[in-house]
Amino acid sequence: MSNLPENIKYLASHEWARLEEDGTVTVGITDHAQDQLGDVVYVEVPEKGSEFAAGDEASVVESVKAASDIYMPVSGEIIAVNDQLDTKPELVNSDPYGDGWFFKIQPTDITELDNMLDSAGYQATVDADAE
Amino acid sequence: MGSKTVLYAKHLEAGGKIVDFGGWDMPLHYGSQIEEHNQVRSSAGMFDVSHMTIVDIEGDQAKPYLQRLLANDVNRLNSPGRALYSAMLNEQGGIIDDLIVYLTDDGYRLVVNCGTREKDLAWLQKQSDGFDVTIIERPELAIIAIQGPDSLRSLIKILDPEKAALVARLKTFQGLSVADWFIGRTGYTGEDGVEIVLPQDQAPDLWQALKDAGVAPAGLGARDTLRLEAGLNLYGSDMDESITPLEANMAWTIAWEPEDRDFIGRGALEKIRTHQSQHYKLMGLVLTGRGVLRGHQKVVTSQGEGEITSGTFSPTLGHSIAFARVPLNAEENCQVEIRGKLIEVKMVKLPFVRHGKKVF
Repeated sequence: MSNLPENIKYLASHEWARLEEDGTVTVGITDHAQDQLGDVVYVEVPEKGSEFAAGDEASVVESVKAASDIYMPVSGEIIAVNDQLDTKPELVNSDPYGDGWFFKIQPTDITELDNMLDSAGYQATVDADAE
Repeated sequence: MGSKTVLYAKHLEAGGKIVDFGGWDMPLHYGSQIEEHNQVRSSAGMFDVSHMTIVDIEGDQAKPYLQRLLANDVNRLNSPGRALYSAMLNEQGGIIDDLIVYLTDDGYRLVVNCGTREKDLAWLQKQSDGFDVTIIERPELAIIAIQGPDSLRSLIKILDPEKAALVARLKTFQGLSVADWFIGRTGYTGEDGVEIVLPQDQAPDLWQALKDAGVAPAGLGARDTLRLEAGLNLYGSDMDESITPLEANMAWTIAWEPEDRDFIGRGALEKIRTHQSQHYKLMGLVLTGRGVLRGHQKVVTSQGEGEITSGTFSPTLGHSIAFARVPLNAEENCQVEIRGKLIEVKMVKLPFVRHGKKVF
């Protein structure tokens, strides 16, 4: 059973998104995703200032085992990226919802968050994959 | 549900992440494959390799049989305890499997891959026509590999005096019997170490004793990154039945002498040699920038295209490495296509790492 915080939203492709108090959205990958990938060795984050639509490929995470695309959970501009991952990609494994975050978005439409899964919905897709 | 080795419960107990490997439920890692890798390079780690297939060849004609069967020459094994790495070829010179053969008191012992078990056994049987040999599979035996610079020291501490004495005097690539164990100073990591073949019922106790002595369990993930750094081929990735040893960096395992030894595949290999018709070679690739080289990525060289056969992130070097099959005359500078982009990489001779140090 992996760790699934209640206050954030999920994509079936294993990204999480958290609406912060200042209206920005922080994005990372789930505990389940990091567990499946194994040791993360590179994270290619998007450039600050770049803009994406929900569903765009924004980033790539590479573990020893495999490469995986990271999709934009909501449309918007990248306003911050986690530079720490450059030298400490293992933060994605050790703290996927905290220090292992990937980037922050200034969303164009926060109602897009409503299209995402809640923790129960995400858990159901993970369970279905396991079968 | 796959087959389980006798150490399966130990893997679960240690938090092993279990994956299917050639029909076996095996540990991929026990938390972090990079940590397990580093543990083997810096001190000692242990692997359950009981899924591998052990076949004993006995009988008066075991030697001429294996001289026909293998590209390397078992006549080089001149005293019990010697070991040899060899390919087993088809008539076209393609690699059916790679294996280690030990000379034992009763004949020869082969250790072959688990994924090729059935076709290997069928081939061994088929080629035994006309030879007075007995082919005996030994599924009742477990194998534990203990690898790393501290592996022998840690092992000797926990063994009874007779076995400890044997481990202390074993030379590299030598394998000897002691009581109902067989210990070979061999491995798949590029580090010093041994592989112990023992009755299944004794394996869990040895595993636990090693663990208590500080030897960390390591999974298939670390086994793969260690062997890649060490320049050791993996059957099914770096070679298969369409590839000759010449194209798999295994020319050194072909015993051309004596010229009248008619091993299976010899005719095909000699034709390639005579007509200089070898088109490809297996080389190392190094990517020092960001990104990870992966199997089947396209390699672009000045002499044409090639393909990565295995690739990974090297924990010892801190960047990506790969094996690639490239045109025979390809030069040092080449490119690999990663997600649609051509990335500059450097071609080097294998291996990448020996005894914990960069060697290219």
